[in-house]
Amino acid sequence: MIKLNASNLNFDTLNETVRKAKEDIEISDCLGQRFIGAGLSDKNLTIKGTPGNALGAYLNGSTISVFGNAQDAVGDTMNDGKIIVNGNIGDCAGYAMRGGRIFVKGNAGYRAGIHMKAYKDKIPALVIGGSAGSFLGEYQAGGVIIVLGLNSDKNIVGNFPCTGMHGGKMILRSNCKGVIFPQNVRVSPAEKEDLEEIFSYIKEFCDHFGFDANEILNAEFTVITPDSNNPYKQMYVGN
Amino acid sequence: MKKEGEIRIPSGCAISAVISKDGNKMTGEKIIESMIPMHDRSNGLGGGFAGYGIYPDHKNEYALHIFFNDKYRIEDCERIIKDSFEIVKKEIIPTRKIPEITDEPIIMRYFVSPLFSLLRSLQLDEKEFVVRIVMKINTEVDGAYVFSSGKNMGAFKAVGFPEDVGRFYKLDEYEGYSWTAHGRYPTNTPGWWGGAHPFGLLDYTIVHNGEISSYDANRRFIEMFGYKCTLQTDTEVITYIADYLIRRQGLSLTETASVIAAPFWTTIENKPEKEREKLKYLRTMFSSLLITGPFSIILGFDGGLMALNDRLKLRSMVVGEYNDKVFIASEEAAIRKMEINAKNIYAPQGGEPIIVKVKEGKF
Repeated sequence: MIKLNASNLNFDTLNETVRKAKEDIEISDCLGQRFIGAGLSDKNLTIKGTPGNALGAYLNGSTISVFGNAQDAVGDTMNDGKIIVNGNIGDCAGYAMRGGRIFVKGNAGYRAGIHMKAYKDKIPALVIGGSAGSFLGEYQAGGVIIVLGLNSDKNIVGNFPCTGMHGGKMILRSNCKGVIFPQNVRVSPAEKEDLEEIFSYIKEFCDHFGFDANEILNAEFTVITPDSNNPYKQMYVGN
Repeated sequence: MKKEGEIRIPSGCAISAVISKDGNKMTGEKIIESMIPMHDRSNGLGGGFAGYGIYPDHKNEYALHIFFNDKYRIEDCERIIKDSFEIVKKEIIPTRKIPEITDEPIIMRYFVSPLFSLLRSLQLDEKEFVVRIVMKINTEVDGAYVFSSGKNMGAFKAVGFPEDVGRFYKLDEYEGYSWTAHGRYPTNTPGWWGGAHPFGLLDYTIVHNGEISSYDANRRFIEMFGYKCTLQTDTEVITYIADYLIRRQGLSLTETASVIAAPFWTTIENKPEKEREKLKYLRTMFSSLLITGPFSIILGFDGGLMALNDRLKLRSMVVGEYNDKVFIASEEAAIRKMEINAKNIYAPQGGEPIIVKVKEGKF
């Protein structure tokens, strides 16, 4: 493993070093450098500090572990691999991701999972341990979004979740009383099969962050899927 | 090159701020440093800062910061100033010659007091009087532009990257209880010294990341009240809206936020009755001042700051704290550059104002 101190490195020098390295890398004192691990497939990264926007964009198989908070657009358009954040993340995590998994111990900002998609065996997953901001799963087209609402007294999700959702699945660890969903989705309490389906994600979340899967699963869950009989129309006009 | 206001090109930016709730003084160094991790959010076509509490020796006079294209404009402008104010002090704003900042205009500052007899005969409130003179200079004197006009505060801005602009103006030699900063990536206008942020009127300053789509609707409304939008840039109109709502209409900061980033009607409908009625009233009364499109802004004012996102939160903004200080920035990295151990890092909701004030009597 190579150790790389990122203080005062600009993002292109840092990313060039990462690309050229022949083995896994631990980056320390990271502060705002963007695009870290972009398109990476052949080595894993550990990051201490605050990585900048678009962490792991187009990620293609590597694992990125962050000890700190991550900023906006984590895993933008990622294709494969894992991003594990031991903290909170900013807005637009998993933007248009089409494969791989993102695990977040803390809270997510606005628009987590915006336009996630799926194709055949490519099923991306975004697991958020805390709560999510407004517009969760906006225009979601595929994949799985799970929000657990642990360690958080806030509402599990902000306003306007699932706006424009037309594919994939969202599972929230809450009865979702008081959450207003749009007309274009079907909202129902989770069945046994739903929980079985997400068990592997929950298990992995617990392995990364030290929670107990059975404890987490021993709660009310709500499943949201698109309602194809009542497709999404519009939100931004006429309000 | 055509100047700002003469051309419109069909924005990314960076904002940052720090304030001491105890009114402790900080030099401009930290706020300059905060812009370094966000360097790539700007493109070198504008950077600027506002400092509050920086002129304690002249705290009772309005500090006019003025750009002049050439020395011949000074005379025209000073004629207007002398007709309206007593000039207590006049000086060139000290700058450092650095290769990164070029083509600077003449940059002057005047500490002025309105002529009492004139105020009385015009029956004008002092602040309103100052606003009228600032508007007069900015619209009537070609080649002169007042870019800062508050008491015991000042804006400093230029074409360049913000870190360089801060060094250019020697902000390490000023001390203030609150600072805001901006790095510019202009998309609608070509980038001129006057068009850099912060925009200021009296003690209100705005730094803004975003691009508002309601510019013309807002401009048409605000120009009915004597404000002149001369630069075609959206941040200018936000500054005047803040002045209009807070100073002239007497709205609180929270109410102002509910006007410019009004919640959706569906959100309003689900509020408790009292709050619902108030929000309805504000949205109806000031419907032309709803600002749509992406923005994150920091409003600086005498003794405080307010940070606000558009209601859809189409721009990022993070808040953090450490001891007596509160930090606000487009990116967490900027906050950690100012204070690595910053706590309670929090991203406010769209339309949720974050208001921080210095304790009473501490500034």
